[in-house]
Amino acid sequence: MQRKKFIIGGVLILAAVVYLIASSTKANAEYFMTVDELNAEGAAAVSKSVRLSGAVVGDTIQYDSSTLTLTFDIADVPGDNAQIEAQGGLAKVLHEAVVDPTRARIKVQYEGVMPDLLRDEAQAIMTGKLGADGVFYADELLLKCPTKYEEAVPEQAAAK
Amino acid sequence: MVAEFGFSILAVSFFVAIYSGIAAAFGVKKQSSALIESARRAQLLTFPLISLAAASLIYLLVKNHFEVSFVYQVTSKSMPTYLKVTAWWGGQAGSLVFWSWLLAAFTSAVTLRKWNRDIEFLPWIIVISAITLTFFLGLVVFFENPFTRFWQDASGQILMGMNGDPIKSVFMPSGALAPFIPADGRGLNPLLRHPGMVIHPPMLYLGFVSFVIPYAFAMAALITGRADDRWIRLTRRWALWAWLFLSLGLVFGGRWAYDVLGWGGYWGWDPVEIAAFMPWLTGTAFLHSVMIQEKRGLLKHWNMLLIILTYELVIFGTFLTRSGVLSSVHAFANSPIGPMFMGFVSLSLIASVALLIKRWPELKSEVEMKSMLSREALFLLNNLLFIGILVVCFWGVISPLASELFTGTKITVGPPYYERATGPLFAGLLFLMAVAPLSAWGHSTVQTLGRALWKTFAAAAVITLILFFAYTHNGYALLGFFLVAFVLLTTLQEFWRGASARMSAQKENFFVALSRLAKRNRRRYGGYIVHISMALMAIGILGIEIFQMETQGTVAAGQSLELGEYRVEYRELASWDDIGAGVNYTRSVVDIYENGIYLGKLYPRIDYYYDSQQNMTIPGQHATLRDDLYILLVDWQPVSAQGATFKIYVNPLVNWLWIGSLLFIFGLVFAAWPDRDPAEAPVRRKVRAENKQAIG
Repeated sequence: MQRKKFIIGGVLILAAVVYLIASSTKANAEYFMTVDELNAEGAAAVSKSVRLSGAVVGDTIQYDSSTLTLTFDIADVPGDNAQIEAQGGLAKVLHEAVVDPTRARIKVQYEGVMPDLLRDEAQAIMTGKLGADGVFYADELLLKCPTKYEEAVPEQAAAK
Repeated sequence: MVAEFGFSILAVSFFVAIYSGIAAAFGVKKQSSALIESARRAQLLTFPLISLAAASLIYLLVKNHFEVSFVYQVTSKSMPTYLKVTAWWGGQAGSLVFWSWLLAAFTSAVTLRKWNRDIEFLPWIIVISAITLTFFLGLVVFFENPFTRFWQDASGQILMGMNGDPIKSVFMPSGALAPFIPADGRGLNPLLRHPGMVIHPPMLYLGFVSFVIPYAFAMAALITGRADDRWIRLTRRWALWAWLFLSLGLVFGGRWAYDVLGWGGYWGWDPVEIAAFMPWLTGTAFLHSVMIQEKRGLLKHWNMLLIILTYELVIFGTFLTRSGVLSSVHAFANSPIGPMFMGFVSLSLIASVALLIKRWPELKSEVEMKSMLSREALFLLNNLLFIGILVVCFWGVISPLASELFTGTKITVGPPYYERATGPLFAGLLFLMAVAPLSAWGHSTVQTLGRALWKTFAAAAVITLILFFAYTHNGYALLGFFLVAFVLLTTLQEFWRGASARMSAQKENFFVALSRLAKRNRRRYGGYIVHISMALMAIGILGIEIFQMETQGTVAAGQSLELGEYRVEYRELASWDDIGAGVNYTRSVVDIYENGIYLGKLYPRIDYYYDSQQNMTIPGQHATLRDDLYILLVDWQPVSAQGATFKIYVNPLVNWLWIGSLLFIFGLVFAAWPDRDPAEAPVRRKVRAENKQAIG
């Protein structure tokens, strides 16, 4: 009898946790996408929460510090790390994406402080939504810099 | 020379660790105490050996030996010496050495204790820690070697491998003439050059590694078949210290983020943070539920499961926090040691659980849990809530993997998911924190609990009503503050009750009574202090999460920005180079006013590091108990220095988070402080005898 009560209690808690997880996941899911995939979905992707990654095109970075509005273009890079590795590592993939004019690109707008790591050929990882005007409005902007990557080659020769 | 020496010593300690494990296991099998003693000595030898290797690494770091690739990665000439030393744990390879060094030290402390009782545990503890140590040293020796060097050929060019990366090896490869010495290292990421970041990783690691010891004892208990709770008593303090260090690591990390990252927050639900948070959750559940086993002989399986989980999460967390696969777990396979870690975690998990299943019948509970409101039932509920939060976190971290596997599209979840899903669970924990300490072991009813709690419940309700009419109508905030008030009042009432009983019985004054009361039962009252500190931290978290205000704008000198009751007036700005440190400083000066009253000057600034071409934004902070004014310099006009852009936050109540953290340290040290009288052991026998009487 007692045992039954405890089992019912445990099941109820378990159900509550499962409900919390399921409903919170549903309400807050973000879809991983590459620039290519986002462009392919086009209007269907408007107002969907998306996590987008791409290579920052340095020439296009514009920052209006009076309104704190930041805009820049990103070029398509593969979303899969195995693929990035196969193509010669992140730094190389980012570089090729930026110099290749045929690569799919998308314009990004972000309001806020300009991140310290934003520069040419950085990897930008953003969450936000695609606007009807084709601009990706990012709420959150994370950057990875290939120059900080552990495998970079030492540049200066030794004065031995 | 030093690099070869360091590496050779590491290789030797790898084999010594293997030997100690094998000798200990064979010693038990052959019942040879000589072999076990030999294993113990081998184990003791690992500590000085790894210390030597670590000393070699520190020597290379401090002496700018940039031909060593690890030194090249984490230091540069312009870094001060203390940062060069702490760069030891600034990269993956070094921090694995650090981990091994701590583990060797802690295991040595255990094997050096007086082993007149419980000697049958000793060999198995050596085995468990030797397996763990072998794994970590193996990673260092074969995969993530901190002593590898760059090489050059006869023409002075750096030697490149087939894959386009420089060849890195400890010993001279064929075709090489001499080590290649880069002119300068890349330097530690400037974001990490902060006192908080210097002590944050070692604190986390101290916590991580200390949890290996209770796990080793638990496994020893399972292997030897000693199903009593001796292992829990022997490792109670280890678990407390482990928990303290882990908590400190999390708090320092939060403070660092608040001071350095410049987004006005302290916790971002990043997978790396969650990786350190998950063992903390199981560890906290463990600390609570072992009390049930000690006092009532219940939940034995559960405790074993919790310590096994904690150990696995510690290993997993070590990997995640240091592998550089930042912010995306789906990037696992990037690092060569990723699969090794997953393999080790899976194998040790399977082995531990298999052992537990084998001993399952011997770990049966001694009594049955009867009342839903008894202390043990509420502790169990507390455990379930902690595990619930763990599951939420784990699901969040693996959601990209899981969703791709099941639905084909990759989905991830951000901070709103964690806040929404864990919020009710944390609220439940606060409620239990108020209720559980007043419930009785064995049996409680709504009536007995109600009688003990109605006063503080009513007082907390009154406080909430005042908040409602005077300050806020936010439902979440009101519920949160109600729970906080309930916890604080109930816990303080407990101190008051105990102290006043002593005051009348022993004729002591209040403070003497309070201190003697607490010292007589350190674990209980230390625990209460920790509860109070958690409630204080909850005040800070509610404040910043719900009531944070922000504004931003560009102003010319003499103009101001306003936020809440504050006014920030921009005065001037200066920019200069510090050649020696390789840094450019841009410092602004602002006057701050509150309701028109002048409070002082703040100096938000931006430091630009030339070697890594990276900015670091240092906020100007004005901290009071009510709120924190937090000003970031965002941008400036370099020619005229006339205008500057600021981002300003007001973070209400956030300093209670840090005050709570300090009290937390005090409470935990108080609880873990060695007691002279071992008066705890007989308690359970008494309770059990009483139960028998009650039943019979």
